[in-house]
Amino acid sequence: MNVIEVRDLHRVYRRPRTSLTVPGTRVEALRGVSFDLPRQARFGVVGESGSGKSTLIRLLAALDKPTSGTISFQGKDITGLPERRLKFLRRELQVVFQDPMGSLDPRMRVRDIICEPLVAQGHSDPAGRLKELLDAVGLPQQSADRFPHQFSGGQRQRISIARALAPNPSVLVADEPVSALDVSVRAQILNLLADLVERFSLTLVFVSHDLSVVRHVCDTVAVMRSGEIVEMGAAEEIYESPQHSYTRELIAAVPTLRTAMRRFA
Amino acid sequence: MTLAVRRSSSPSLWVGLGLVGLVVVTALASFLWTPHDPTLVDAAQRLRGPGTDYVFGTDKFGRDLFSQVMVGARTTLFVGVVAVGVAALIGTPLGVFAAMAPKWLGEFVMRVNDLVLAFPALLLAIVFGAVFGADTLTAMIAIGIASVPSFARIARSGALGVMSTEYVLAARSAGRSRTAIAVRHVLPNIAGLVIVQSSVSFAIAVLSEAALSFLGFGTRPPTPSWGRMLQESQELLAVEPRLALVPGVAIAIAVLGFNLLGDGLRDRYDPRLEVRR
Repeated sequence: MNVIEVRDLHRVYRRPRTSLTVPGTRVEALRGVSFDLPRQARFGVVGESGSGKSTLIRLLAALDKPTSGTISFQGKDITGLPERRLKFLRRELQVVFQDPMGSLDPRMRVRDIICEPLVAQGHSDPAGRLKELLDAVGLPQQSADRFPHQFSGGQRQRISIARALAPNPSVLVADEPVSALDVSVRAQILNLLADLVERFSLTLVFVSHDLSVVRHVCDTVAVMRSGEIVEMGAAEEIYESPQHSYTRELIAAVPTLRTAMRRFA
Repeated sequence: MTLAVRRSSSPSLWVGLGLVGLVVVTALASFLWTPHDPTLVDAAQRLRGPGTDYVFGTDKFGRDLFSQVMVGARTTLFVGVVAVGVAALIGTPLGVFAAMAPKWLGEFVMRVNDLVLAFPALLLAIVFGAVFGADTLTAMIAIGIASVPSFARIARSGALGVMSTEYVLAARSAGRSRTAIAVRHVLPNIAGLVIVQSSVSFAIAVLSEAALSFLGFGTRPPTPSWGRMLQESQELLAVEPRLALVPGVAIAIAVLGFNLLGDGLRDRYDPRLEVRR
């Protein structure tokens, strides 16, 4: 059974009008996106900024409503459901956001940040769960009493991952989780994510603009451009023999040792 | 994290605390002891200069200036607390509500807010005085209501900023209710703005009280008030500038103290501004 089924998803934004007579311009962020995610899939979404990746994530997490189309989660249509009927989704699907500073409330201690989903969902033993979570993401126990700004970018992303894992979700959505990090810590966070996905048998949706990152983490990749999926398939296949010209451009944009050498030769 | 992190002790916080402390202690002390009865009119002691018996001298009715300043401190604190309390307790939730409510409702609230903003504060206080009877409390509730819009605006713009952050998105996807997001995320993150606005409003309230007392809609004689002392000194300004100077300096100390305290509190309360040493 598929965990997530997305059918013909559209999302149109309307820019605020700038003139009294002319209506605001329409921005089509998503134009007919469809895909299926089987249980424990590791699904990568690649595309440049403005391709609709972030919109897709917001819709998957039911933080926004689609203009048309449906998303079903574990066989249940979640589009247009009111918040009180989304409780199962809030437990089953969690998001790791891009900016490790912006996604952590600067005035909350790490303890309260990680326990937020547990408190919101009435967990019986948040303190015990906190210990497990800190261990799982490799943070020392005394981190719990600190504030986010006292941590490095990589550590902050670990906090963010711990929060996402707190309610024991089955689906983890990662929105560019490493693009704000130094190259030196990217590999650590990617490995951590891959390990956790393996260990807790998670279904992963991994969004990035960097195909080479997605290739390491995901088994299936969808390439998005201007709100549409232009190519979808096994990660290695797409990387080795891209069919769409846009995919080839994306691959060519990834710096490799060979291209770098050629430039400086 | 091997760096020891210590909270900075900003000088403005301590100076502000000192000045506000001075006003508070003076006000409290006035309940126990004043050198003379501040309302005692004694024609024989009119316009005495500063000396051992009368520290700041006496006014044109022979009342002791120092005792009046001491008791006036109560009025000043009362005025500030009531006006800022009314304004902050109504304005802040209103602004947060306007930021989080559906767009049309938020806009409606803010336009009504603009309407109140356009209404002169002193005029509102005079209307209140005419309707409910002129005294310090009515005047300050009116000044408080007139200051609601500035709190609502500050709170709304701060809340809009907070609502667009990823940590609010994260809280929503964690299943937090709107109320919980408002209390747990929005309010703590706009507290700094509200504190600073409070210190500004406090100063405005103290000055408004002075103006209203002059017009007869504020503190009624014989209750001493710095504002009224200042106004009463007007006719003798050229002969006895001391009469204006004493309450003027007192007002300046209170206003400056609360401004510095507001500044210092904001710095201290914001964990991001911690100084690493």
